[in-house]
Amino acid sequence: MMNDRAEHISKAFDEELRLLNNRLAEMGGMAEAQLAGAVEALCRSNAELAERVVVRDKEIDALDLEIDMFSVRLVALRQPVAADLRTIFAAIKISSDLERIGDLAKNIAGRTLAISRFPPLPTTVSIASMATVVQSMIKQVLDAWTARDTQSAADVCARDVEVDQHYASLFRELLTYMMEDPRNIGPCTHLLFVAKNLERVGDHTTNIAEQIGYVVLGTRPPDRQTHDPTNALVPEADSQ
Amino acid sequence: MTKLTARNVNVFYGDAHALKQVNLDIRQNEVTALIGPSGCGKSTFLRCLNRMNDLIEACRVEGNICLDGEDIYDPAVDLVYLRARIGMVFQKPNPFPKSVYDNVAYGPKIHGLASSRAEMDDIVTSSLERAGLFEEVKDRLGAPATGLSGGQQQRLCIARAIAVCPEIILMDEPCSALDPIATARIEALIDELKQNFTIVIVTHSMQQAARVSQRTAFFHLGDLVEVGDTDTVFTKPVDPRTESYISGHIG
Repeated sequence: MMNDRAEHISKAFDEELRLLNNRLAEMGGMAEAQLAGAVEALCRSNAELAERVVVRDKEIDALDLEIDMFSVRLVALRQPVAADLRTIFAAIKISSDLERIGDLAKNIAGRTLAISRFPPLPTTVSIASMATVVQSMIKQVLDAWTARDTQSAADVCARDVEVDQHYASLFRELLTYMMEDPRNIGPCTHLLFVAKNLERVGDHTTNIAEQIGYVVLGTRPPDRQTHDPTNALVPEADSQ
Repeated sequence: MTKLTARNVNVFYGDAHALKQVNLDIRQNEVTALIGPSGCGKSTFLRCLNRMNDLIEACRVEGNICLDGEDIYDPAVDLVYLRARIGMVFQKPNPFPKSVYDNVAYGPKIHGLASSRAEMDDIVTSSLERAGLFEEVKDRLGAPATGLSGGQQQRLCIARAIAVCPEIILMDEPCSALDPIATARIEALIDELKQNFTIVIVTHSMQQAARVSQRTAFFHLGDLVEVGDTDTVFTKPVDPRTESYISGHIG
């Protein structure tokens, strides 16, 4: 992205912005890998992999802190304006969204350890297909950030609806299992949190996509409709 | 409300076309900052606003500049009166080699603004107060102004400019010879003065433009490239040349 813009008179500032972009890309790659690991561990009941995901979350947290401190330093020392200023503020926000995605992946991995004690439920397939959508959104948003591609970023925002639909259908599916057999309540509750976590990852990914629009165009998109389709869902009273 | 309007202003120094088709409105009780690289025409434009360019022989000004709707280049305009309405503060503090008191009293005296010594005392005191200098010099009003520090001298020049009750104050890099603390004092003063005056400031410091002005105009190679609200110009400039200049890019 630096190539299509004129360089700064200060070469050192160019170098610092490049470093910021590289750190963010690195962090994005880690968040992507952590989520993939967490989902794989869950679907294959791989406790060892889950453990590794939990431990590695510290690396993302450290990068988030590093990006924050580095950005504060850039603002103080370079007094950036215009696109440079927008880039640095976007980097701070994106890094905290990635940090949250890391936390959610860690949470999913943590639940894997609890769920693996129960016999497997058929919902794993639905979880896996929801995760596939979320993971491809993350990949797309990271590519869009590198290319400063607002069209692709807008596409990511639009795809969040798909995630919400997956979440609503998983919610119904899990309710059904719980009503069928109270012994399912334990694992289903954990899976419900997993689905909610994936839905949140979709939201953070959308936040990142919006930052791309802000960096390039200088404007924020209008507030998106955050509507949880499960709010209105209740188990039928007569089906108890 | 618009105080000054510039329409199709062109300035030539001999054959050199220094300012091209500039259209700019200066709003009342606001600080307008003129920024741009050296030689872009910002100081030339500032000097057009009180006809300081008349003093340069090879300089020719075309177009229209109106103060409250009246053409300031009309041959009937009294230049002394015009410059009383549109005062100026320069890059280097330039107090007269007189006392602090006489520096401030000079303008009101030649314009006959005071009919008694007491009235003149009032004008001098209130001008020094408005310039944020009175407390520092009240015990040495008779001392030579050249004995003050650089920052005090510049505030004295501001006091001298406001003593004749101008409507507009033009400032040509008023802080470039001052240290950061004196600069901060002048900037705070500019912010206060805008309640009573309209201010146009030329500055090489973009941070200063960002700090003191409500509107920023960016000049480049004699063109007025962009003018807008200062916060917009510094966060989301429209023209790529503005973006390049304010963020320190080449080209």
